[in-house]
Formats: sequence, C-alpha cells, structure tokens
Amino acid sequence: MIGLTHYLVVGAILFVLGVLGIFINRKNVIIILMAIELILLSVNINLVAFSAYLGDLVGQVFSMFVLTVAAGEAAIGLAILVIYFRGRGTIAVDDVNRMKG
Amino acid sequence: MIQTIAFYLFATLVIASGALTVFARNPVHSVLWLILAFFNAAGLMILLGAEFIAMLLIIVYVGAVAVLFLFVVMMLDVDFAELRAGFVRYLPLGALLAIVLAVEIVFAIGAWSAGAINMGARIAPVASDVSNTQAIGQLLYTRYIFLFEAAGIILLVAMVGAIVLTHRKRGGVKPQDIGHQVRRRPEDATRLTRPESGQGVEL
Repeated sequence: MIGLTHYLVVGAILFVLGVLGIFINRKNVIIILMAIELILLSVNINLVAFSAYLGDLVGQVFSMFVLTVAAGEAAIGLAILVIYFRGRGTIAVDDVNRMKG
Repeated sequence: MIQTIAFYLFATLVIASGALTVFARNPVHSVLWLILAFFNAAGLMILLGAEFIAMLLIIVYVGAVAVLFLFVVMMLDVDFAELRAGFVRYLPLGALLAIVLAVEIVFAIGAWSAGAINMGARIAPVASDVSNTQAIGQLLYTRYIFLFEAAGIILLVAMVGAIVLTHRKRGGVKPQDIGHQVRRRPEDATRLTRPESGQGVEL
C-alpha cells in the first residue's frame, strides 16, 4: 500500500534533482530556472501529500500560492534573461556581475 | 493494486523526466521533459485526491510557464554547446552535494515516520460531502481571502514588471498612432485647387 513516505521520497528525489541541476548547469540560466521550477514542484508534491494524508485542506491552498509565486518568478526571470541577452548577446551567467545597471 | 501500479508509474516517470530536464543537451528537449514531469506530477496529485491542484498544474505550468520557457529558448539565438563547457567540471561537486542533501532528506523522512514530530490540530478538515474544488474554494474565499488577494497582487506586479523590463521602442518601424489619426482634420489633409486646363497640379 502506498503511504505518505512514498510521496515524500518522490518529492525529495525531485528536490535533489533540482539542486543538482542548478549546480551542473552553472552557466545556462534557462536550465537553472527550469531546475527551480522542479524544486517548487517537489515542494508542491510534499504539501499536497501531507494535506491528503492528514486530512487537512490547508496544504492544497498553500500549494496554490507556491504555484502563483513560481509563475511570477518564471515570468520575471525570463524577462531579465531576455534583456540580458539583448545587451550582451549571450546568456552565460558566470560573468553576470558585469551587468552594471 | 491499480493504485500502487499508477503511483509507481507516475513516480518513475516524474523522476526520470526531471532527471532528463536537468541532463538534456538541448534546452528545447529540457522544456519538453519538464512538461512531461508536470503532467506526471499532476497524475500523482490526482492519486492523492487533489483534483484542483492537478488541473492547476496542467493549466498554469504546462499551459503558461512551460510555453513561456519554450518561447524564450526558441527566441534567443544562443550557442548552447558553449554553455555546457563546465558541465563535467561541476558534476562531481554537484553530485556530492546532491547525495548529501538526499541522505539528509531521507533521514528526516525516516525520523518523521518514526513519530518524532507530533502534528498539530487540523485547521481545515476535509469535508466528505463536497468535492475537492468546492472545498478549496470555500476555504480560499473565506479564511485565506487576504492571502488570495496578495497572490493576485504578486501576479499583477510580475506581469507589469515583465512588460516594463522587456518593452522597448524600436526604430525603423511604422506603428499605428491612433491619437495622431484621430487628431487629423480634413483641412490638414486635403487641399482644393483649380488648375488651368492642360496643366498639372504642383504637389
């Protein structure tokens, strides 16, 4: 029978994959943003799993707010990425400290 | 039985597609794997009985966020091979960190299932007579109404911010200026002349 622990392990593996993605794609901002989406997805899985197994709806409401923040973050992050690309012609972020306004 | 099979199917696929999102060579493939991961996570949520969140995942993540990623990946002309230069160099450190993190989280889950933490009282118990969506609506529009409004404001700020950041005046194009069109009067635009027969009009 599938218990809460199974879902928590899935969430943990997804979270770790997201962190690993940030580390190994240090230059590519698009993949970093996608890895952040994966991390937020794992948080959502945790929230909904706890909500279902504790019989408390608050987890699902909070997972909705996490989703809202993830959508806003993706929009702003990609907008910053687009103007960065316009200015420099690349999206390699290891020299991002040269942005200077 | 079918629940167990469905859980393992969705869980395997979500983890596999998450890994391929991170490891794929081509960012377009990464986005497509991300979409698959979202779909399978939605399946997991349906297994948990959270239909509303599952539908929201598909609509918001697949319909909006992933398509936004796809647009940006395809719009920017980036040499992605050059960006992967440090991939192998960062892999050992990243893998080490990931393993440490995974062990920590699994340890925490084990401690939690051993009964280390006592969960508090339920704030909003699941009602048995209403559907999931209805129950979430009843909770969201009463107890969490201010948080809901704040989420709306966050989305508005994100939208305005993204537009302000990416909007630019482009030179060399002729956009429609409605104010200019409406301001134009017949006397500015036309001129009555009475040319002599056999002669043209000087424009």
